[in-house]
Amino acid sequence: MEVLISILAAAVRSGTPILYATLGEILTERAGVLNLGLEGLMLMGALSGFWVAYSTSSVTFALVAAFLVGAAIALIHAFLCVHLGANQVVSGLAITMCGTGASSLLGRGLVGETIKGIGVLPIPVLSKIPIIGPVLFNHDPLVYLSYVLVIGMSWFLYSTKAGLNLRAVGEAPGAVDAVGLDPVKLRYLYTVIGGGLAAIGGAYLSLVYTKMWGEHMTAGRGWIAVALVIFAIWHPARAALGAYLFGGVGALQLRMQAAGTSIPAPLLLMLPYLLTILVLLGISIKKGKGILLGAPSALGVPYQREERT
Amino acid sequence: MLRKVMLFLAIVCFAVSSMAAYAAEGIPEEKLTAGFVYIGPIGDGGWTYMHDLGRLEMEKAYPKMKTFFAESVPEGPDSARVMETFVRNGAQLVFATSFGYMDFVQEVAKKYPKVKFMHCSGYKRAENVGTYFGRMYQARYLSGLVAGKATKSNIIGYVAANPIPEVIRGINAFALGVRKVNPKAKIKVVWLFSWFDPGKEKEATLALIDSGADVIAMHADSGAAPQAAEEAGVYVIGYNNDMSKYAPTKHLTAPIWNWGTVYKYVAGQVINGTWKSEDIWWGLKEGLVDLAPFGKDVPELVKEMVKVERDAIINGKHVFVGPIKNQKGEIVVKEGTAMTDEEMLGMNWFVEGVEGDIPN
Repeated sequence: MEVLISILAAAVRSGTPILYATLGEILTERAGVLNLGLEGLMLMGALSGFWVAYSTSSVTFALVAAFLVGAAIALIHAFLCVHLGANQVVSGLAITMCGTGASSLLGRGLVGETIKGIGVLPIPVLSKIPIIGPVLFNHDPLVYLSYVLVIGMSWFLYSTKAGLNLRAVGEAPGAVDAVGLDPVKLRYLYTVIGGGLAAIGGAYLSLVYTKMWGEHMTAGRGWIAVALVIFAIWHPARAALGAYLFGGVGALQLRMQAAGTSIPAPLLLMLPYLLTILVLLGISIKKGKGILLGAPSALGVPYQREERT
Repeated sequence: MLRKVMLFLAIVCFAVSSMAAYAAEGIPEEKLTAGFVYIGPIGDGGWTYMHDLGRLEMEKAYPKMKTFFAESVPEGPDSARVMETFVRNGAQLVFATSFGYMDFVQEVAKKYPKVKFMHCSGYKRAENVGTYFGRMYQARYLSGLVAGKATKSNIIGYVAANPIPEVIRGINAFALGVRKVNPKAKIKVVWLFSWFDPGKEKEATLALIDSGADVIAMHADSGAAPQAAEEAGVYVIGYNNDMSKYAPTKHLTAPIWNWGTVYKYVAGQVINGTWKSEDIWWGLKEGLVDLAPFGKDVPELVKEMVKVERDAIINGKHVFVGPIKNQKGEIVVKEGTAMTDEEMLGMNWFVEGVEGDIPN
C-alpha cells in the first residue's frame, strides 16, 4: 500500500510540470494556434524563474517573471502566426530552438547554484484522508494551483460565454468575426496565456521539483506536453489524467528497478507514448480523411478576413 | 639522369631535415592554440563543465596560449567539421572530449598530420593522435569504503546514467569498496537511460530511498540526486565535482575529475616539443581523479582508513584484484590475478553484492 501511495504521489509530482504546459497548449490550440515551442518556453520559464528566485529570493516574483517571459515569447509567436499568417510549425520550432539556445547562454552563470525554492505544504485536513490525502494533498502550492486550473479551465471552456468564444475561434474564426468579436485579438490573448502557463511548467522544474538550473533540464517534457494535448483530445481533465499517467509510469519503472523486477524498464517507458499513438489512431479512424476527432477545425490555419478557408 | 637523382635526393634530404626540425622543435607558448570539442554544454555542471575547468587551468598555467572550444557537438560528422574549423583557424592541438568522436578524430588527424590530437576515453591512436582517460574507478572504490561504513540498513542505492562499461566499472569498484568494510551491504542499481535529466535523477533517488536505501551514490551529471537525498535526510555520495552545495549536511564525499592535470601536461609537452602519441590513463597517483572533501559526519577512523587505501592505490595497489565474484557467486577474477586494462575497459558484468540488471 505504501509503495502504491508513493508511486501515485510521485506521479502527481512529476506530472505537474507537464500538466501546466499541456493546459497552456490546450488554450492556445483551442484558439486555433499551434505552438510547438513548448520545450523552449518551458526552458525560458525554468531559467527566468530560477534567476529571479536566486537574485530576489522571492518565489512569487519568480513565478510572475516566468509567466511574463513565457507570455512575451508567445507574443512573438502570435505576432508571426496570427498577425502575419506565418507557418505555425516553423515559428513554433524556432521558439523551441531559440529558447533552448538562449536559456543555455543566459543561464551560464547560474549553473551549480541552488535556491530554497518552494517546499511542500500539506493541506491541513485533507492531507489526513487515507490514501487520497498523501497522494493529492501533500504537495507544494503549485500542485494545488494546477488542480484549480484544471477544474477552472474545464468550467471555463464548457460553461461560460468566453469559453464558448474561445472554442469558436478555433473552430470557425470567420463565424466569430461575423458576430462581432475579433478573432485576431482572441487568438493573441490565448496564445500569450498559453505561453505563460508553459513557462510556469518550466519554472516548476527549477523552483520546486529540482531547485537548480541546468541547461536543457526539461529533457523533452515540452514535447511530451505536445503529445498529451492529443492524448487529452483537447480537454483539461483528460490532460491531468495523461500527465499523471506519464509521471506515474516514470515513477513506477524506477521503483520496479529498485525492487529488482526483471521487466525491462524501456518497455514500460514506451507505454504512455504507445497510448498516445493509440488515441491518435482512434480519433483519426473515427472521423477519417486525416481529420482528428475533437481537434479544433481551424487549428494551424491563419485567419485573414475576406479570405475563404 | 644523375643530376635528376641528385636533385631528388637533395629535395628528400631537405624535406626530411625540415620535418625533423619541426618534430623536435616545440611550439612557443604564445603561438600555441588548442581547440576543445565538448559533447555537452559547459553549463551541464558535470562532465563538460569539469573538462572546461581543466581547459581554464591549462590557460592559467600557460597564459600566453590561446584556446577555442565548441559546446554540444554531436558525436557524428559534425564533430569532424568542428575539428577542421579549429585547425583552419590555427589550432595545433585538438582535444576531443567524448568517446563517440573517435573515428572522426582519426579521419581529421589523417588530413592534418602536423596537428596533434588528443581523444578522451577512446582506444584508437595514430602518429598524431593520443588518447587519455582517468581511472575513476579508483576514486569510486574509496567512496565505496565511506558508504559501506555509513549505511545502517545495509542497502545502498546507486543512481546510474547509462549501461556502458565506464558506468558499470564505477559501480563494481564502488561495490568492492562497500563490501570490503561491510560484507553484508547490498548495492541497488537504478538506470536512468539518460545522462542529464534532473527530474528523473530525483525520482530515481526517491525510489531507492523507498526501497530501503540509506546511502545514495550516483553516476549522472546533475546535482538533483544529492539534493533529493538531503531533503529526504539520507547520506549521499556525489560525482564529477564536490556536490556538497546540493546536500550541505548529507554529502559524504564525491569521486571527482581533475582534467587540468592532463591538459597542462599535454600543453607542456607540445611547447617543449616532446609530445608523442601515447595512451594516458591516469588515476589517483597523478591527481586526475580524487575524492572531494569529506562531509562533517564522516568519522575520523573512516577518513584514516580511506587515506591508507588511497596511499596503497597510489603505491600500486590494484582495485580489481581476485578473488572477485559475479552476481551469481561465480569467481570471475581468480585469486591473486589483477584485471588488465582491456578487461576493465570492456566490463559488462556486476560483482557480487550488486542488485540490478545490465540491460542490453
